[in-house]
Amino acid sequence: MLRVDKIKVHYEGIPALHEVTLEVNQGELVAMVGANGAGKSTALKAIVGAVSPVSGNILFNGKDITREETAKIVRLGVVYVPESRRIFGPLTVEENLLLGAFTADSEEEVRGHLNHVYRLFPRLKERFRQKGETLSGGEQQMLAIGRGLMIRPKLLMLDEPSLGLMPKLVTELFKTISLLKEEGYTILLVEQNVREALEIADRGYILQTGRTIHSGKGAELLESDIVKKAFLGL
Amino acid sequence: MELAVQLIVYGILMGLVFSLIALGLSLIFGVMNIVNFAHGEFMMVGMYIAYLLSTFLPLDPLLSLPFAAGAGYLLGVVSYRLLIHHILRGPMVAQLFGTFGLMLFLRYLAMYIFTPDVRSVKQGILVGKTLSMGWINVDASKVFSAGVCVLAFAAVYWMIYRTKLGRALRATSIDSEAAKYMGIDTKGMNALAWGIGGATVALAGALLAHFYYVTPTVGMLFTLIAFATVALGGFGSIVGAFIAGVLIGLIMVVSGQFVSELKFSFIYIVYFLVVVFRPRGLFGW
Ligand SMILES: Nc1ncnc2c1ncn2[C@@H]1O[C@H](COP(=O)(O)OP(=O)(O)O)[C@@H](O)[C@H]1O
Ligand SMILES: [Mg+2]
Repeated sequence: MLRVDKIKVHYEGIPALHEVTLEVNQGELVAMVGANGAGKSTALKAIVGAVSPVSGNILFNGKDITREETAKIVRLGVVYVPESRRIFGPLTVEENLLLGAFTADSEEEVRGHLNHVYRLFPRLKERFRQKGETLSGGEQQMLAIGRGLMIRPKLLMLDEPSLGLMPKLVTELFKTISLLKEEGYTILLVEQNVREALEIADRGYILQTGRTIHSGKGAELLESDIVKKAFLGL
Repeated sequence: MELAVQLIVYGILMGLVFSLIALGLSLIFGVMNIVNFAHGEFMMVGMYIAYLLSTFLPLDPLLSLPFAAGAGYLLGVVSYRLLIHHILRGPMVAQLFGTFGLMLFLRYLAMYIFTPDVRSVKQGILVGKTLSMGWINVDASKVFSAGVCVLAFAAVYWMIYRTKLGRALRATSIDSEAAKYMGIDTKGMNALAWGIGGATVALAGALLAHFYYVTPTVGMLFTLIAFATVALGGFGSIVGAFIAGVLIGLIMVVSGQFVSELKFSFIYIVYFLVVVFRPRGLFGW
């Protein structure tokens, strides 16, 4: 479904990604893990067209989207739920969700998706009239994911959704992500919670200073020396 | 007493025109943090359209309103696409000079085409007519203009707060990167803000031309009034622009009654006080 082939990204001449290669197949939950500053967000932003690779290419369902505009990539179904949520604080919960449905065609369709998101996150339904900025951190993350689901993603990319959440909520969040996978969503998950992410993932990639240095089945990676040493402190 | 009522009525009527003039400036700032120094020149274009259609064609200046709005919309969108879009990534100073240059360009283009002569709209069903409302008399053109300005303002307000497009516009103004991730064409939203800004201010210009002289340099004063209005209302605030416009109109008309030479100075005293004591304006953030 998604093929990222040897992309290189610079920020004003300074390299952030040297060579990132990864693949996500239909229905998979793929985790990309790595330390702070490794380039995880940059890789996702390159996929969604928010930054432009200087070389390499990105294919989505066979179509080259390497230097396509973000709005067009999103319309193809590639959805990026950004780091630190980026919800629209002054807008209500429902307005935030409806923005996710900006690309939808009919009212009915929008209602259907809204109900789906409310079933998944009943808290959002309770608070649908509240301003986004008044929600707690956990609720804001639900809103960010819910808003992403409203776009009807073919590929859902989550950028450190657990960042800043209390441990109890982190557990809940990973349950939700597993649930989404069971519902059939294809997910590319970026995390610093390496263990939890690899436990629920089908496959994983390890990113280090702008390179995908290792990949494998989630469970295998958890057992590998490189992960144990670098991330799990074993 | 009669004088007082008369002044207040005129102040409010003028103020409602100022509100519509300030709307676009505030909207454009709200969506992309850029200050349009050419705002008054967009208005000037609307004034000349009213002047031209009523002087050289047998048309009532009222019929020029949709043409002025349409031309203002195009002017806004074209300015964005050809100029603003390219300078947005530049430093703040480059942005300031960019719209400043646009102001000079439009002003001297008007100078070239129309000469510096002062012109006015002389014919039209509202021109020079007065309405008697009880014991006060008001210019029919001012009452009508204020009414149209309120309607136009309400229409834009409705569009911004009640439609899907308006929601996307607000999202872009809050966080344009996140808006992009929603699949919103944020450049299109910027262009739309410029289009609405151009259309509303040019419409105000065509209305103003019914009772205000037309020259190539008329824009500057109104740009400055719009700045004061937006600062008072709060940069980026739509409701603020509306209320501040009325306040500025009242201040100008009432103070002008006493020291007519200083009526614009009073606006700046208010502007100064706002900047010093409440920099975010009445309704900002
Ligand atoms: N907007 C930016 N401008 C310049 N450098 C950036 C920008 N965003 C990220 N970087 C740099 O690129 C590298 C990768 O960052 P990022 O992709 O955010 O890493 P991660 O998400 O893995 O923490 C870091 O060295 C970071 O400092
Ligand atoms: Mg990151």
